[in-house]
Amino acid sequence: MSRIKACFDKLKADGQTALIPYITGGDPEPWVTVPMLHALVDSGADILELGVPFSDPMSDGPVIQKACERALKNDVTLNHVLDMVALFREKDNETPVVLMGYANPLEAMGYKVFAEKAQRAGVDGVLTVDMPPEESDEFLSIMDAHNIDSIFLVAPTTSPERMAKIAQYARGFIYYVSIKGVTGTATLDVSEVAEKLALLKERTDLPLGVGFGIRDGKSAAAVSQVADAVVVGSTLVRCIEEHADRLEELPAALAGLLAEMRHAINAQDMTK
Amino acid sequence: MAEQLDNYYDTYPDDDGHFGIYGGRFVGETLMEAIYALEEAYNRYKDDPEFQAEMDKDLADFVGRPSPLYHAENWSKQLGGAQIYLKREDLNHTGAHKVNNTIGQALLAKRMGKTRIIAETGAGQHGVATATVAARLGIECVVYMGAEDVQRQAQNVYRMKLLGATVVPVESGSRTLKDALNEALRDWVTNVDDTFYIIGTVAGPHPYPEMVRDFQTIIGREARNQILKSAGKLPDALIACIGGGSNAIGLFHPFIADEDVAIYGVEGAGHGIETGEHSAPLCAGSPGVLHGNRTYLMQDENGQIIETHSISAGLDYPGVGPEHALLKDLGRAQYVSVTDDEALQAFHDLTRIEGIIPALESSHALAYATKLAPTMSPDQILLVNLSGRGDKDMHTVAALAGLSF
Ligand SMILES: Cc1ncc(COP(=O)(O)O)c(C=O)c1O
Repeated sequence: MSRIKACFDKLKADGQTALIPYITGGDPEPWVTVPMLHALVDSGADILELGVPFSDPMSDGPVIQKACERALKNDVTLNHVLDMVALFREKDNETPVVLMGYANPLEAMGYKVFAEKAQRAGVDGVLTVDMPPEESDEFLSIMDAHNIDSIFLVAPTTSPERMAKIAQYARGFIYYVSIKGVTGTATLDVSEVAEKLALLKERTDLPLGVGFGIRDGKSAAAVSQVADAVVVGSTLVRCIEEHADRLEELPAALAGLLAEMRHAINAQDMTK
Repeated sequence: MAEQLDNYYDTYPDDDGHFGIYGGRFVGETLMEAIYALEEAYNRYKDDPEFQAEMDKDLADFVGRPSPLYHAENWSKQLGGAQIYLKREDLNHTGAHKVNNTIGQALLAKRMGKTRIIAETGAGQHGVATATVAARLGIECVVYMGAEDVQRQAQNVYRMKLLGATVVPVESGSRTLKDALNEALRDWVTNVDDTFYIIGTVAGPHPYPEMVRDFQTIIGREARNQILKSAGKLPDALIACIGGGSNAIGLFHPFIADEDVAIYGVEGAGHGIETGEHSAPLCAGSPGVLHGNRTYLMQDENGQIIETHSISAGLDYPGVGPEHALLKDLGRAQYVSVTDDEALQAFHDLTRIEGIIPALESSHALAYATKLAPTMSPDQILLVNLSGRGDKDMHTVAALAGLSF
């Protein structure tokens, strides 16, 4: 069984919502990424989303754009990010890791080579922001063959018919983008999210994650009422940016921020 | 190749916007319904007689089409080879071919009930052409422009502002055209309900490469008729410069099945291909995915897009329209490059010899003509797309001569 499925099965049995933090690999320095991943797990992360830096992050707001720029300044590539996952796996063989990024670094490496390396490193899922189902046939079959879940997005603009199509391609979980916009720019509306998730639930059995627009314990708890997983990104990346010149304090600061969301979600889950 | 070319027009793009392995729809999920809606609207209206009539009227009375085909006799004689004809897109209203496309997309925006228009621009010509049609429609217009381009094309920035557009300088990445495109896409994702994104070249996700091409083929269709009328035969070769490739595909497309017509697309070699400081993905790049489609890109071995350089802001782009990628692989068109210095020389030559001041982008096509023409005979015809006029480049050219205004 994939780590992602095992994780959601366990959480479901316990009546808990998954918490999924996002950080960009190599930001602000390559060596802190793996310590941060462990710190995030220690403070309540169920699944980790690790960003692959890209020069042209079209779907990201300024916070993650700058994270990509910092990582690229350190020459962090897809290969390095895979090395980071392998290093993380030396100490943690349980927590699922999902890579999130854009199509071109995967194209440059080649889908097959990527799948082999990613499987070997211990990657569980891949979310390629600019590769919709329409362009994914080859990619999906190669990822399937290597037991890597292809994660797809559903957006507020996605029609119910399209949700059904996406559900056919989706593996692991479906990621609902809760706002019209780029990462880190707006605050989501929980009742709107709930409506969309209800439509989506009629079309898939996969767990549903919600991301974009969750910035603190309060919004995380609100979303946990309606979703199986809560994804937080820009808020954490902003904390990383603020600690760029105090790296030794960074893992703890990040852990503190995530712990607050974990507590808020747990409190909410208790009332379910 | 002959067989492939017979079916070319029916084959490319396919229903999903693929030109062979190139093209496609590589955008985030939030935009998928929007590009399908655009595709549907485009397919509905492109053959609609009322839409066509409105477009034809605008192109005639507002843009000033047909643009002339001018026999550059002085220059042909001096170069001592082929007869050079210039397709005078520089004489269009707003000064370049860009307006052919913005007229078409604006008519679509109006029919789709959109209340806000956005665009990216490099040289500012597309921004000006977009601001112009938005002014006519009386709707809000926001133009994204790399901060570096805002400086080197200051005049066009002012023109856009006069026309009522908001110009947003983009400070991210290399602060040029690709970053402006990123920012325009981010705006579109955020305002997808009411906003129409007028892309300025044959790039982006399907249907843009096909739609923008169709709007620009007025160049090639006119040129074909004009040369047949004045010379009684088809040209032996076509030349156009390539930024994203819209003026080039506009000229080339109606000639693709005419196998005897040689086709040359000219990329910006900047300081020289060997220096790495250029904007020539077809000559020196490799296939990848950027800005909604698969095409040739300037990228490193890890798939990161690398910074480009060209003296002309309109060519300073690391990608190229997917149909050019296909034409390169099919061997139907040849893609070559000329340096900043060669383009600048052609700029001065055409100005002095023919009394026409060309855009620096177009000067790349002209520079290649100075290489090709002497290898041809005087009874042969070389048709060059003069995609725009050089007014916007006074600043750049004067600065190189040590002058400022
Ligand atoms: C006069 C002129 N020619 C050519 C170009 C390059 O664009 P394309 O390759 O799409 O024609 C530009 C772009 O700004 C331009 O202004």
